[in-house]
Amino acid sequence: MVKAVDGVSFHIGEREIVSIVGESGCGKSVSLLSVMRLIKAPGEIVGGKVLFEGRDLLNYEANGPEMRSIRGARIAMIFQEPMTSLNPVLTIRQQLTEMLGLHMGIRGEAAQRRAVALMSLAGIPAASERLDDYPHHFSGGMRQRVMIAMAISCNPGILIADEPTTALDVTTQAQLLKVMKDMVQKLGTSLVIVTHNLGLVARYAQRIYVMYAGKIVESGTTKSIFSHPRHPYTVGLLQCIPRLDREKSQRLVPIEGLPPNLVNMPDKCAFLPRCPRRIRECYEKPWPPFVRANEDHRFRCYAEDSADERHAE
Amino acid sequence: MSATQSEATLEVQDLKMFFPVTRGLLRKKIAEIKAVNEVSFKIMRDETLGLVGESGCGKTTVGRCTLRQYEPTGGRIIFDGENISSYPKKRLRKIRRKMALVFQDPYSSLDPRQAAGRIVGEPLKIHKMCASKGEYNDRVEALFRMVGLDPAMMDRYPHEFSGGQRQRIGLARALACEPSLIVCDEPVSALDVSIQAQIINLLDSLKEKIRGLSYLFIAHDLSVVKHVSDRVAVMYLGRILEITQSQTLYENPLHPYTRALLSAIPIADPFVEEKRENIILKGEVPSSLNPPTGCAFHPRCFMAVPECSRTEPELRDINADHRVACIRV
Repeated sequence: MVKAVDGVSFHIGEREIVSIVGESGCGKSVSLLSVMRLIKAPGEIVGGKVLFEGRDLLNYEANGPEMRSIRGARIAMIFQEPMTSLNPVLTIRQQLTEMLGLHMGIRGEAAQRRAVALMSLAGIPAASERLDDYPHHFSGGMRQRVMIAMAISCNPGILIADEPTTALDVTTQAQLLKVMKDMVQKLGTSLVIVTHNLGLVARYAQRIYVMYAGKIVESGTTKSIFSHPRHPYTVGLLQCIPRLDREKSQRLVPIEGLPPNLVNMPDKCAFLPRCPRRIRECYEKPWPPFVRANEDHRFRCYAEDSADERHAE
Repeated sequence: MSATQSEATLEVQDLKMFFPVTRGLLRKKIAEIKAVNEVSFKIMRDETLGLVGESGCGKTTVGRCTLRQYEPTGGRIIFDGENISSYPKKRLRKIRRKMALVFQDPYSSLDPRQAAGRIVGEPLKIHKMCASKGEYNDRVEALFRMVGLDPAMMDRYPHEFSGGQRQRIGLARALACEPSLIVCDEPVSALDVSIQAQIINLLDSLKEKIRGLSYLFIAHDLSVVKHVSDRVAVMYLGRILEITQSQTLYENPLHPYTRALLSAIPIADPFVEEKRENIILKGEVPSSLNPPTGCAFHPRCFMAVPECSRTEPELRDINADHRVACIRV
């Protein structure tokens, strides 16, 4: 059995930009697909709660009327591959107005006007002329703007962006993230950015969750984590990426070894085989519990925790 | 070999690579895509030149032309002092031994039906570099060690290796014939961040160990390129817009495109990010089928003046080892 996500808790405040960071296979996408109830069989959600505006979404049928009225409307998602997430045989007009009709009951002339307004908001030039274009008429960056227009069409409370710009060029990436950040301010949406790019996190997120092997290993405000990372994995991630503002002579410090295989993981800290700071306790005890570093900064690591205690003494 | 410090391993002069666009049964040529246009640069012995730009800017094509995998439309390629641009195939083969290529995708660039040892040793056989079976085995073993792989894994097949290990196999194969130039085309962009650092460090340490080895490092990620390279060339729509020392490029970027590119790359530090210049470019990269007149960057440029749409700026020396193609600089 693969426990793709295990015991993960996070919260997203109103108008907040939160980021979930981790490498491929760490469970960051699966956590958010679970929120959207988009987990495909044989995968299943075996426990937990998803509280959205006071209701537990796990009480609803995955394809029931409640979930359908929330998914895409109140919680919207932008995926990594804008080509595969748009329907290639429908025009942008059809795809955008379908959403408006289903969720908001806006049809006909009013829907057209709103579709054009949404596209302009997402930064598509000459929006009214492009309504009857098909997805293949658009460039990668423009397709992702169409996705953004669709995602915000029903004024969602939360916008989840799963590696939204990974497939795009850096200058396009900067344009799109600016659009998304403006959305948060203009529409009062909360934004969740799922990414492996620590630079994006530093630039845009207010709070972050660092995930490793299906668990959150550290969480806190962006400034607190970057100025004083506590978990050895977070420390490792920050040291292994080349930074523009560093001299060439500064060698990168790679994280040794490979990410673990999630099949039948033992109940030990999953980072243990790669950890430069492992101590005896790590081998003997199960996954470490969360320790509070400050008001809003928590991590789970025995070695760092005991180092802390020694400082206190 | 009389290798002096100032000797160039590779010199590319006025390289042009135009691809025809054809239509109909007779494949009549209706247009040309100028993938690479008037590109010139030098790579010195022991030097790493980074080639950076967004998708479609022609950086991969430059790499391919350098190895003469494509037949360039025009220009000269001088490798180890020899003009190889018009060498016939047979003669080229001898030279090709001294140049190698490392690919982006570690999954599709290794033959899945050959064991790792054979993949690494194949160039040795092709170029008949070993006198005996024993020498061959020793050399393959040494290549495995050089890239940090256990020679005991020689009999395993590519699917048994992780992405990072496969990239090491690709590197060992590239090193087999003791090349003086390795063209690395996006060698780390398919890897996870924690694995990227391992490969980047390996590339660095190989260059320290092997005297006379140069890299042409092609990538879209400027933070990786800057870390690996001594000098960096920035490409846009088939042309080099700026070329200089990598530290200078970061500290004193002159071309507006370079400035925008640098500002678009976030630095993993929220305190540094708060204070950085944030240039958001207008629009998107135009099609190279129908590039803008004058300076190709002018429709998106925040410093453009009317003159920019009329004159094509030349790559000119601003000071020693810093060349820029912009009339506003």
